[in-house]
Amino acid sequence: MQRAITNDVRVRRNYPDQPPVIPHAIEGYALDLNANKCMSCHARRFTEQSQAPMISVTHYQDREGNTLGGLAPRRYACLACHVPQTEARPLVENRFQDMDALTEPERQPGGRSNR
Amino acid sequence: MSTADATGGTAGPAPRQGRIRRAWRWFRNRPLIRTALAPAGTLSLAFLTLGGFLMGVVFWGGFNTALEATNTTAFCVSCHEMRTNVYEELQGTIHFTNRSGVRAGCPDCHVPHEWTRKIARKMQASKEVWGHIFGSIATRDAFLDMRRHLAESEWARMKANDSLECRNCHSTVSMDLSRQNPRAANAHERFLFTNERTCIDCHKGIAHRLPDMSGVPGWQ
Repeated sequence: MQRAITNDVRVRRNYPDQPPVIPHAIEGYALDLNANKCMSCHARRFTEQSQAPMISVTHYQDREGNTLGGLAPRRYACLACHVPQTEARPLVENRFQDMDALTEPERQPGGRSNR
Repeated sequence: MSTADATGGTAGPAPRQGRIRRAWRWFRNRPLIRTALAPAGTLSLAFLTLGGFLMGVVFWGGFNTALEATNTTAFCVSCHEMRTNVYEELQGTIHFTNRSGVRAGCPDCHVPHEWTRKIARKMQASKEVWGHIFGSIATRDAFLDMRRHLAESEWARMKANDSLECRNCHSTVSMDLSRQNPRAANAHERFLFTNERTCIDCHKGIAHRLPDMSGVPGWQ
């Protein structure tokens, strides 16, 4: 298995509503019906001592759009969207293009203006 | 003080003996005690001293051997409650398999290594034998129902002894913060090295699954 990236450096999102990826190890962290270890740092009330980013405000809303007092149950399974990263080489070529390359091609390195 | 007091007892009737003295005399005159306290009639002094020494070695050694035999993971998991619940969960955690090949078994974390504390813990653990005999966690469901209670008593024990069993291996003295990732180093510097918290305060459920953590400090 590939080693997890654990440098704690915040990774740029590939598109604005991409769930941020996890820049630390999560091995052994409980995430089940009984306990959610992620929230021990990322819950609003623990962010001061942990200095971790708070869960997004969208995570307080239930599916009807009502804002709740805490993490909405539908957001409980953090790892459904947020995932740790490894140094693994992709098995297939990734042809993803950053949205900036599409909207402002002239400002990209190697873009139209540079030719 | 008068002279009558100083010489008293010789002229009058013998004074009544104290209660303790009478009890001792009665005890001393029991046939078994009298035999035990009489000098040996046929056994030599050498036999008695050397024999006593040898029997001491045998009994003390036997006691400690038996104690150590109960202080192994193999002994713990000979009960199905331990084997199918907590031992099952231990496998797959960092304390069971890891890159350096050091394994922590049940007694490494749950029994103090120092003799006096070990005996105290062993006496407490007799309750686990009771639980086994009367089947208090004989099924998985019964175990899960009890899990919060069981975990809480372990947390309280480790909180009270300042995570002694953790520190048998993980000592602050030999901990190199520069080899830890910055987040861990920062947390250890702020909470561990200032003695504000002890290991178990943050590292709960590292070798077994957690119970329902609602209401536990640091969890939500």
